[in-house]
Amino acid sequence: MQVALDEREVKLSPKDFVSGQEVKWCPGCGDYSILKQVQTIFPDLGIPKENFVFISGIGCSSRFTYYMDTYGMHSIHGRAVAIASGVKMANPELSVWVISGDGDSLSIGGNHFIHALRKNFDLNYLMFNNRIYSLTKGQYSPTSERGKVTKTTPFGSIEEPFNPLSLALGANAAFVARTLDRDPKHMQGVLRRAHEFKGAAFVEVLQNCPIFNDGAFFAFSDKNTKNEEAIFLQHGQPLVFGNNAEKGILLDGLTPRVVRLGEDGISASNLWIHDEQDKTKAFLLAHLDEIAAEGEHMPEPFGIIYARERLPYEELMEQQMRAIEARSGRIPLAKILAGNRTWTI
Amino acid sequence: MSAHLDTSHPTPVIEAESVVVRFSGDSGDGMQLTGIQFSDTTALLGNDLSTFPDYPSEIRAPGGTIAGVSGFQVNFGSREVFTPGDAYDVLVAMNAAALKVELPRLKPGGILIANTAGFDRRSLELAQYPDGVNPLEDGSLDGFTLHKIDISKLTKEALTDSGLSAKEVERSKNMFVLGLLFWLFDKSTEPSIQFLREKFAKHPELAEANVRVIQSGWNYGENAEIFPSRYRVRPATLPAGTYRSITGNQAIAIGLITAAERSGLPLFLGSYPITPATDILQELSRYKANGVKTFQAEDEIAGICAAIGAAYAGSLAATTTSGPGMALKTEAAGLATMLELPLVIVNVQRGGPSTGLPTKTEQADLLMAMYGRHGEAPLPVLAAASPSDCFSMAYEACRLAVEHMTPVVLLSDGYIANGAEPWRIPSEESLQPIRFEFLHQPNGPDGELRPYHRDERGVRPWIKPGTKGLEHRIGGLEKQSETGNVSYEALNHEIMVRQRAEKVERIAQNIPPATLDSGADKAHVLVLGWGSTYGSIKTAVRELLSEGCDVAHVHLRYLNPFPANLGALLAGYEQILVPEMNTGQLLQLIRAKYLVPAVGFSKIQGQPFTTGELKNRILEMLNS
Repeated sequence: MQVALDEREVKLSPKDFVSGQEVKWCPGCGDYSILKQVQTIFPDLGIPKENFVFISGIGCSSRFTYYMDTYGMHSIHGRAVAIASGVKMANPELSVWVISGDGDSLSIGGNHFIHALRKNFDLNYLMFNNRIYSLTKGQYSPTSERGKVTKTTPFGSIEEPFNPLSLALGANAAFVARTLDRDPKHMQGVLRRAHEFKGAAFVEVLQNCPIFNDGAFFAFSDKNTKNEEAIFLQHGQPLVFGNNAEKGILLDGLTPRVVRLGEDGISASNLWIHDEQDKTKAFLLAHLDEIAAEGEHMPEPFGIIYARERLPYEELMEQQMRAIEARSGRIPLAKILAGNRTWTI
Repeated sequence: MSAHLDTSHPTPVIEAESVVVRFSGDSGDGMQLTGIQFSDTTALLGNDLSTFPDYPSEIRAPGGTIAGVSGFQVNFGSREVFTPGDAYDVLVAMNAAALKVELPRLKPGGILIANTAGFDRRSLELAQYPDGVNPLEDGSLDGFTLHKIDISKLTKEALTDSGLSAKEVERSKNMFVLGLLFWLFDKSTEPSIQFLREKFAKHPELAEANVRVIQSGWNYGENAEIFPSRYRVRPATLPAGTYRSITGNQAIAIGLITAAERSGLPLFLGSYPITPATDILQELSRYKANGVKTFQAEDEIAGICAAIGAAYAGSLAATTTSGPGMALKTEAAGLATMLELPLVIVNVQRGGPSTGLPTKTEQADLLMAMYGRHGEAPLPVLAAASPSDCFSMAYEACRLAVEHMTPVVLLSDGYIANGAEPWRIPSEESLQPIRFEFLHQPNGPDGELRPYHRDERGVRPWIKPGTKGLEHRIGGLEKQSETGNVSYEALNHEIMVRQRAEKVERIAQNIPPATLDSGADKAHVLVLGWGSTYGSIKTAVRELLSEGCDVAHVHLRYLNPFPANLGALLAGYEQILVPEMNTGQLLQLIRAKYLVPAVGFSKIQGQPFTTGELKNRILEMLNS
C-alpha cells in the first residue's frame, strides 16, 4: 500500500480513490458503475481524502470498501450501519459511507437499517439492490418479486417483497432517493445530493446482477423503454415522462393518473408537482404503480423521493454534552471516584 | 452476634462483632431501599460490610406470594466482612410469604420482627400456610425472639393528617422498619433523613412524611419496651483512607470513566438494557459533561458494533451485557478479534441458559468468554472478585485492551453487581498508566503503511480514520500479515491465527503474578477461586486457618492468559479445590493447562456459596 505524497496542494483526481486492490466483481456487474461514479464525484466534494470512511457489510456490494483508497472497514453481515453509527458518534468530522445490499440491509440487518434511519446519523447509505443473493450464488432476497424462481424457491417465491423506499420512509428516514447503475449521470447527481444532505441519506441503487438476476432493471435504462418505464423526479417540476415527454401524472385525490399533455385541456401546470419535502406524496411515489387506478401502469420513480433535514443524532449528542458541561462543568475525577458520600478512617 | 452487655442505657446495649440483617417483604414493600439506606448509614459510621440484594425478576410479582418475595441482606461488622453472611441474626418479615421463604436461615434464637398486618388470612393463604395456621400465633416460632408489630397500622397513625393518600401511607411503612432498625442498632437517623430530603426535594411534603415515619419507628423502639436490649457494632479497624460504599456495577462504570480520564481517550459505551448489567449504562449516562458518550442501541449486536466503530475511530470503547446479550455479541466479538481493535466487553453473568434466572447469580459464562466465538479467536478474559474489585478490573480491562489492541472480556455477576461494600477510594496517582499512541506516520520500510505490522509484543498500530496519508482498509476477511490486505493464502492464515493467539499469550507479561490470598505457599489443600466466590472462600479459609487447618486460598482475576507463575504456584499443594457457581468451568481450564488433579465443588442454585458449605467441603478434603 503506497502512501500518497502530501496532497495538500494537489487537486485530487478519481485515480486517488482507486485502492489498487484487484476488483473481483463479475464482468458486467452493476457494481463497477457505482464504484466508478463514487470515484468520479469524490475529488471535488471538498472533503480531505483522509476523512472519508467506508463501512460495508457482507455480500458482493460490500467488497466495495476494499477498492476505495480511503479508510474503510469490511465488516460482518447486516451490521455495517451499526458500526458506522459508532464511527460517526466517535468522530462527527468524518464523511461516513455505508455500502450494503438488499439482503444485508433488509434481511439480516433490517433492525439496524430502520433504527439508523430513525436516529438519523449524518451518513450516506448506499444500498445496492439487485433483488437476489449473489455472493451465495442465487437465492431470493427480501426484495425479490413474488413468484421469483431461485435456487431456494424452485417453485417460485411466495413472499411479498419489501419496498425499500417505503420502508425507509416508514422508518422516518430524512432523505430517501433512488438511482440506477446504468445511468451514470443520474447516479452522480443523486450521490452528490446525498453527500450534501446533513443526516442519514438513504440511496437505493438498482443494480444489475448479470449472473443471477440479469436484466431485472433494464427497462429503466434501455433506450426503447426507459422513457416509458421510468420517471425522473425534479424538485418543483411536474411529473412528466414518455418518449416525447408527452405524458404526465396528476393526483386525483390520492390516486395517481397518467394523462396526456395537451389533451382535454391538460397542461403541465395541472400535473403533480414534485415536492421533496412532502412526506405524504413521498409515500405515494414509493408505491406509484401499486396505487394506480385499475388497469393503469405507472413508471418507476427515480431521484430524490424525500429530503427534509433535521438535526443528526451525533450533533444532538454533542449539543447535549456541551450544554451539560456548560451548565454543571466537567466533574473532576476525584469527585467521580468519591461519589456522594464518603467517610474517612 | 456475640459479646458483652452495657447496661448504662435505659435499654441495655449489647456489643456485637458482626450482625447479619435480612429485610424481606413483598416486591412493592421497598425492602431494597430500606436495605440500602440501612447499609449506607452503617458504612458511613465505619462498619465494614457486605450486602446482597436478592429479588425476583418480576417488577411486581403477584402481591403477597412466595414468588414475589424481595430480600436485602447486610452483614456489618467491627472486623473485616467479606460476605453477606450465611444465616441471619435479625429477620424483618413484612408478610407471611417473606417469613416462609426466609425462616430456614434465621439463626436459632435470632430476632424476628414480623409485620402482623402481613399475616392476615389472605396473606397466610398466599404464603401457602395450611388453613387456620398462623405461625405468629401457634408457638412454632418459640425458638426465636419474636416481635409482632403492626407496622402498617403504626405507620398510618404516624401519618394521620399528613394529607398523603392511603397508598402513599402504605408505601411509607418501610421507613418505619428503617427507623426501628436504626434504634435497635444504635445508629443515627440523620444520613437517611438527609437522603430523603434530597430525594424528595421537589415534594417536601413526601420527604417530611417519610422523615416522620422514620422517627416514629425509632421512637417505637425507644418507648414500646418490647426489645430487651439494643446492639452496637463498633467501627471496624480498616486501613486508613477515605471510603465510600460501592456496588459492582457502579464500580465498573467508574472504572471505565477513570481509564478514559487517565488515558485521555474519550469513552464510548454501546449497550442495550439487560438485567443485571443495565446499571452500568445508566450510571455512565450521567457523565455527559465529561465527554462520556453512551449509546442505547436497538439491540445487543448494535451495541457492540457501535462500540467497534467507536474504537476504530479512536475511542476507548466498551459494551456491557449479560449472558443472552453476550451470545448475541459473539460474531461481532470475533470481528473485533480479527480487526485487532481495543474493546471492553463486560458480561455481568446471571443464571442461564436462555433467559434462565435473570436476577440470580451464576458463573457459567467463563467457557463462553474463553471460547464462544467461531474460528480460533482467543481474547483476554478478566474477572472481578468483589464489588469494589470491579473498579480495578474494569480499569485493567481498558488498559489491556488499549495496550494490546484486543477485545477484552470482563466477567462480573449478579451477586457482586448489586452487592455493595465499603471501598477505599484510590488516589489517581496509584493507578497504573495506560500506554498507547496512535500511528501518525507510515511504519513500513520505503514509507509504506503496514497496518498489521507487529511490535515486539505482537501488537499492531492503532490508526484513526482522519489521519492524513494512512488510508487503508481493514475487515473480517483474513488478511495478509503486515499489509492487512485480503489474503486467502494457506500458510498466511496459519501465521495470522498463531500471531493473534501469541499476542494474547504475551499479555501474561503485562499482568501481575498470582498471589496467595490466605495461607502459605505449601499446604495440604489449596482453594482456587475466581470471580464473586472471593468473599465466601476468603472467609471460609481464614476461619479454617484460625482453627489450625493446613489450607490456602488463591483467587484468579486474570483467566486468559493465566498469570505466568500460576503453574509453579499450584505445584505447592497436595490437593486443589475449585469452587464455582457452575459445573466446573475453571476446573476444566486448570486441569487441561496444568495437568493437575484439581477437584471441583459446584453450586448452581442462583445463590452464592455460604461460608459453611465451603468449610465443610474443604474439611472433607483435609480429612481425606
